[in-house]
Amino acid sequence: MGTDLSIRNLQVSVEGKQILRGLNLEVKQGEVHALMGPNGSGKSTLAYALMGHPKYHIDDGEVFLGGESLLEMSADERARHGLFLAFQYPTAISGVTLADFLRRSISAVRYAHAGRSAEAAENGQRKSTLMPMREFRRELLQKMKDLGVDQSFARRYVNEGFSGGEKKRVEILHMAMLAPKIAILDETDSGLDIDALRTVAEGVQALIGPQLGVLLITHYQRLLNYIKPHFVHILLDGQLVESGGAELAEMLEAKGYDWVREKYAEPVALTSDSAE
Amino acid sequence: MSTAQDERVEVRAMKGEYQFGFHDADQSVFRAKKGLDRTIVEQISEIKKEPQWMRDYRLRALDIFLQKPLPTWGGNVAVIDFDDIYYYVKPTQGEGRTWEDVPENIKKTFDRLGIPEAEKKFLAGVGAQYDSEVVYHSLKEDLERLGVIFVSPDQALQEYPDLMKEYFGTIIPPEDNKFAALNTAVWSGGSFIYVPPGVKVDVPLQAYFRINSENMGQFERTMIIVDEGAQVHYVEGCTAPTYSSESLHSAVVEIICKPGSRVRYTTIQNWADNVYNLVTKRAVAYEEATMEWVDGNLGSKLTMKYPSVYMRGKGAHAEILSIAFAGHGQHQDAGGKVVHGAPHTSSIITSKSISKDGGRSSYRGLVKVTDGAKGARSKVVCDALILDKASRSDTYPVMEIDESEVSIAHEASVSRIQDEQLFYLMSRGLSETEASVMIVNGFIEPLVKELPMEYAVEMNRLIELQMEGSVG
Repeated sequence: MGTDLSIRNLQVSVEGKQILRGLNLEVKQGEVHALMGPNGSGKSTLAYALMGHPKYHIDDGEVFLGGESLLEMSADERARHGLFLAFQYPTAISGVTLADFLRRSISAVRYAHAGRSAEAAENGQRKSTLMPMREFRRELLQKMKDLGVDQSFARRYVNEGFSGGEKKRVEILHMAMLAPKIAILDETDSGLDIDALRTVAEGVQALIGPQLGVLLITHYQRLLNYIKPHFVHILLDGQLVESGGAELAEMLEAKGYDWVREKYAEPVALTSDSAE
Repeated sequence: MSTAQDERVEVRAMKGEYQFGFHDADQSVFRAKKGLDRTIVEQISEIKKEPQWMRDYRLRALDIFLQKPLPTWGGNVAVIDFDDIYYYVKPTQGEGRTWEDVPENIKKTFDRLGIPEAEKKFLAGVGAQYDSEVVYHSLKEDLERLGVIFVSPDQALQEYPDLMKEYFGTIIPPEDNKFAALNTAVWSGGSFIYVPPGVKVDVPLQAYFRINSENMGQFERTMIIVDEGAQVHYVEGCTAPTYSSESLHSAVVEIICKPGSRVRYTTIQNWADNVYNLVTKRAVAYEEATMEWVDGNLGSKLTMKYPSVYMRGKGAHAEILSIAFAGHGQHQDAGGKVVHGAPHTSSIITSKSISKDGGRSSYRGLVKVTDGAKGARSKVVCDALILDKASRSDTYPVMEIDESEVSIAHEASVSRIQDEQLFYLMSRGLSETEASVMIVNGFIEPLVKELPMEYAVEMNRLIELQMEGSVG
């Protein structure tokens, strides 16, 4: 029984502007999907909409996670159902230590896994359901070691003063701790130098297995040198226009996005951005 | 964490409501009639068997109180009906030295508030006041042997009359303000502390103030004298039952920090939201002395409180950390005052306020540097967090600088919880309430981490309670 992510005809708008125009995609546990596309094609919109950011308005379509309708759920419920989003720009939370955040987060998600109602957590039983400190510490220190995150980060405030690479590494650390069923990685490679990229990619690679489905959102092919996708999709103007295997990414690397534009997006392409 | 404390936590955690709103049936041994006049003041003095000078002092203060107009700034105090208040309610015949001496119902109340438990674990001494009188007092033997005094001021008046006469009202005279005059006229209970030269009291002394009666006025008086090179940390907590009518708490706290001494005074004020909390707190710091106020205001209907430090000796240092949380129907008018009256004195005022559900928090502060206080340095930082559109935050900073060789800095910021922060935390499994609590606790973290661990935990928990039920 897999907890698969199933996206059907998803249409999303932001501040009245339609971004996703009917997107269909299946990500099964154990699969790695790369989603590529030029700037402004809607990649990050998909990531935020799937995680439930209130700014992203669902105009139409359905999304299921393990057969349950995702769109009815708040972001925290989605997390508790096994969905994870590694942010492109993780926000800083001043005064909150990474350890405290991780412990509460993990407790919230595992508590849900234990099959008790989320309502109970709301009614103040939270304290009694915090993961025991000793157990948490052991697990955190091990995972930090695995990912090459210095122990001192546990006492630092969440993302405050972290470098780009440190933020991304901590996102992957969080993912490792939460052990999601489906993980969306939003431009996890952006802003990283080659060494940081390798560390982060190896961290992700180590988590990939039959229990994890990955939707890897990336602009460039370089991350895919480290993480081999089973499927590659190209997003253009809010729709998936090409799907294939790893060879599709290589073709993009060699030829850029222009050929995709030429092939698919007649009138729209003319008005879309010309950053490439 | 012990079982007793866990139980407390559970009781409080049940709902986002005030957890200390319970009250005991009235079993007081004496209750003055409502209202305030000469007779009441004389009666209080009579019951306490006070020396003539104190009786005269009270009566003089009463005249000042009656003459002085109500303040027209800050919160609305014009609605207080001074004739509808009990000014003196004596709960027991005497002060207990052990908890066994304390009447069962009162002891039970302090048990529920976790005081005996905390005393066993991390306090060097405890005072517990119930309505008008201190019902329990203790001090560790080793401190007593070192000459440390920690008693109620009523007891101090009997046992250390010279110290009381020398210092009483010297820092805050009745002429200072209307509520200081009121306190001086009808004061009862509080703490009296003396720390001899060079003695360092390294675990906190705590006083707990509990109002039980309805329409009660609690007027405790606290005097702390810390001799040269000595050190003490005093903590006070306060709660009251929730009644439909208002109560008044109007304390006066006078502190003398002699040269080279170090004093920290921590307040975690958690009155019920029917209490007017109008308190005057002031310290004088002499050469190289350090005075720190850590002032947490979470409860009350209206709080007006600006702990102040008058630096009268070269190199004295003042620190004021203020945390205010204004929820529905609450107005926290808090802040601090520092007066640099000597060269090379330094001060830091840090204020963090949170307003939610229509609550109003104000920072009101004064930085004064007198002529000749060369090399004075002062820094004021005020951060306000507003949780919704109905809530309000204001700052009223005043600076009076009469010396040119000084360094003065003032920073202020107002922020709201950002959607991006909420979404980030929620995407990791935290409910909206949990996420908001986490952001708010992070906001006050720079101040909370200054508290001893037990109080930091308490503060975070109180914030959590204030937040629950308010979001989502």
